[in-house]
Amino acid sequence: MGWEEWLISTIARALAYGTPLLWGTLGEVYAERSGVVNLGVEGMMAIGAFSAFAVAQSTGNPGLGILVAAVAGGGAALIHAFLTVTLRANQYVSGLALTMFGLGLSGLLGRGWEGVPLKHPLPAITVPYLADIPILGPMLFQNQSIITYLGLVLAVVLWVLLYRTRWGITLRSVGESPATADALGVNVYLVRYLAVILGGVLAGVAGGYLSVEYRPSWTEGMTGGMGWIVIALTIFVAWDPVQAIGGAVLFGALYHLSYRLQPWVAPELLKLMPYAAAIIVLAFVGLGGAQRRRGAPGALGVPYARGEK
Amino acid sequence: MMAAPGAGDLGGNQNSPPLVLLEGVTKSFPGVVANDRVTLDVRPGEVHALLGENGAGKTTLMNILYGLYRPDAGEIYVKGRKVVIRSPRDAIACGIGMVHQHFKLVYPHTVAENVALGLQGTPFFGPARVVERGLRELGERYNLPVDPKARVWQLSAGEQQRVEILKALYRGADVLILDEPTSVLTPQETGELFKVLARMKEEGHAVVFITHKLDEVMEAADRVTVMRRGKVIDTLPVAETDKASLARMMVGRDVVFRISKAECTPGKEALVLRDLRAVNDRGLPALRGISLTVCRGEIVGIAGVAGNGQRELVEVICGLRRAQGGEVVVLGRPLTNRSPRTVADAGVAHIPEERLRMGIVPGMTVEENLILKKHHRPPFSSGPLLRLAEVRRFAEQAIEEYEIITPSPKTPAKLLSGGNIQKLILARELSGEPGLVVAAHPTYGLDVGATELIRQLLLRQRDAGAGVLLVSEDLEEIVSLADRIAVMFRGEIMGIVEASAAELGEIGLMMAGTRSGMGDPR
Repeated sequence: MGWEEWLISTIARALAYGTPLLWGTLGEVYAERSGVVNLGVEGMMAIGAFSAFAVAQSTGNPGLGILVAAVAGGGAALIHAFLTVTLRANQYVSGLALTMFGLGLSGLLGRGWEGVPLKHPLPAITVPYLADIPILGPMLFQNQSIITYLGLVLAVVLWVLLYRTRWGITLRSVGESPATADALGVNVYLVRYLAVILGGVLAGVAGGYLSVEYRPSWTEGMTGGMGWIVIALTIFVAWDPVQAIGGAVLFGALYHLSYRLQPWVAPELLKLMPYAAAIIVLAFVGLGGAQRRRGAPGALGVPYARGEK
Repeated sequence: MMAAPGAGDLGGNQNSPPLVLLEGVTKSFPGVVANDRVTLDVRPGEVHALLGENGAGKTTLMNILYGLYRPDAGEIYVKGRKVVIRSPRDAIACGIGMVHQHFKLVYPHTVAENVALGLQGTPFFGPARVVERGLRELGERYNLPVDPKARVWQLSAGEQQRVEILKALYRGADVLILDEPTSVLTPQETGELFKVLARMKEEGHAVVFITHKLDEVMEAADRVTVMRRGKVIDTLPVAETDKASLARMMVGRDVVFRISKAECTPGKEALVLRDLRAVNDRGLPALRGISLTVCRGEIVGIAGVAGNGQRELVEVICGLRRAQGGEVVVLGRPLTNRSPRTVADAGVAHIPEERLRMGIVPGMTVEENLILKKHHRPPFSSGPLLRLAEVRRFAEQAIEEYEIITPSPKTPAKLLSGGNIQKLILARELSGEPGLVVAAHPTYGLDVGATELIRQLLLRQRDAGAGVLLVSEDLEEIVSLADRIAVMFRGEIMGIVEASAAELGEIGLMMAGTRSGMGDPR
């Protein structure tokens, strides 16, 4: 294979592998922009993956499967929102618990479904006309998933919402300074609930994509740590939906290469690659210092209570 | 509805109905009654001062009016109609706006975004752009110029306050509550604020102005309500009263305004700073070449608006922040970038700015807090063990000498009042006959009694031969305590003046960035 083909196929596969990362990261960006860290992404993705597969397999409708995954992810996130926003529990502990819960629950329910290929996966699409463009066609427009394109559109939509609309000002203010928003009559709790639930919905879709499109089957633990990469990516992309595209494609490429390079490098080492990269990336973000860290929402991780003595 | 008959004389019109009437408002927190059957009326076109010491219940009362707290009892009337205010949203709908002492601003956002937050009736897309236009108009009308596109963290404290006022005006506030608005302002900025208040009065707004400073009441207010320990003592026109009687009502006894102070006899150098440079938490320059000398037996005051490098200066001297350049010499020993323990052992007492966070370990007992810094040395420890009898003896002595009011030496320090926590810190820091005392905002938030005691203690240290570096935002405190005054602005010293010859106007100009005897430094 020539290097052009290598490059083309790597980017094409990076998009496919980056899709669940993109959806998950967009969700986590919104949750964290409201001031709530949700470490439960891995669990919500697992729940999404299982419920999408189960529904798609029983109804023969993969689209419905994705929809149900979104609802299930949102439901899981609702637990996190209730614990951290209403009861003001520690966000990190609650998120870790949600991951354990999601992985365990999907594993338990999924026992009978293990290892069966999905009968009707979501079909891959090839964009007419655009697919015929040399290089760019095969790179971006052949055999891709509709969810990939929806994710790209969603990233732009969420960026516009965040920076150019009334809702965006409200969401960002709640994450930066909830007391300020409260003093102006904004319902801080409602905003946080909605943002966390949206995060769960998007993580659910990310999981559903894995089981009905990327690898149309169900295996326990098939999310394989992607939820944790999402957490790192959220920091790496500085809580910016559009930058999330670049981050997701970069890590998608690393995932893909960890298979591609197997003839030459030990697979155990390759499997480490995305995670090692996440550590390196976070180290660079840290070294990048004040300038970069300014992206972090000011009240991230802090439960809000109106200042009654 | 609000007929304003006749020529509106100063002091609000007696015939016009009150814009806001609070009747019998009571609010208790565990252990204290913050407001005890408070009645207050605010009339259109008046500046109404709410005067009282810290803890008198002024802010609680206004937080109730703004919907942040719910009253236990009492009624609120706005424009003659009884209302129930459950949240700030209700208060805003009633035409009430509030500027909190600690600004409620989203610092990374622009001015326009801050105003647009939570605002009804703006377009969904690009609300900030519409607000920008409205802000320019309002700014001109009330003489509150501010760039709508600027990010709030880039603005000075005075400008940030303008944003807060504009936020309330944009929402159509008839009544504007200002909580200690002058505490972050230079004297000149205070003057400008008072002009804005006068302008608002002309437009028919009412202003409630929370303060503990008598001069400001006399200068800016039409009527004044004095509160003490949760109760209203009296409401009266400012023209019919004077400072002395207001002070008596506020404190409950006669107050001496002047501190008697012995002549200063400076000795050897206690602290020498040469071209000191350091960066703040954001990595931006906070100290840009500070050179200063404090001699034994003198108090040098550092004046300036908060955030001009005072905190970083104190931290560098005490070994809590790295100096990027320059030199710190304490009592003849070079101590640049040494550990806090080395600095403390060299005879430096540090009275930190944040009492609860840096001054004490809140969960530990009074006696344990009293021996921190010395707990590892005789007589308090022998080998790895503490000598508890010795600790107790020292604690009991300190509690008596410094008049610390505590149920017992075994009480957790966090249960003490602010004034007693500060006395505890002074007892610990001053016990080893320090050669240099670094005091940051030592009386901030304390009542008159504790303030007097702490000022006396600092003067006693000076008279005993220690050098004292006093950082404070309270100009009155600096002028009355210090022998020399250095003014900081953006990490530089704008000038040093003798306190006896100090003019408030000159210090104010330096606080705003004018170098003494020179032009604008920028």
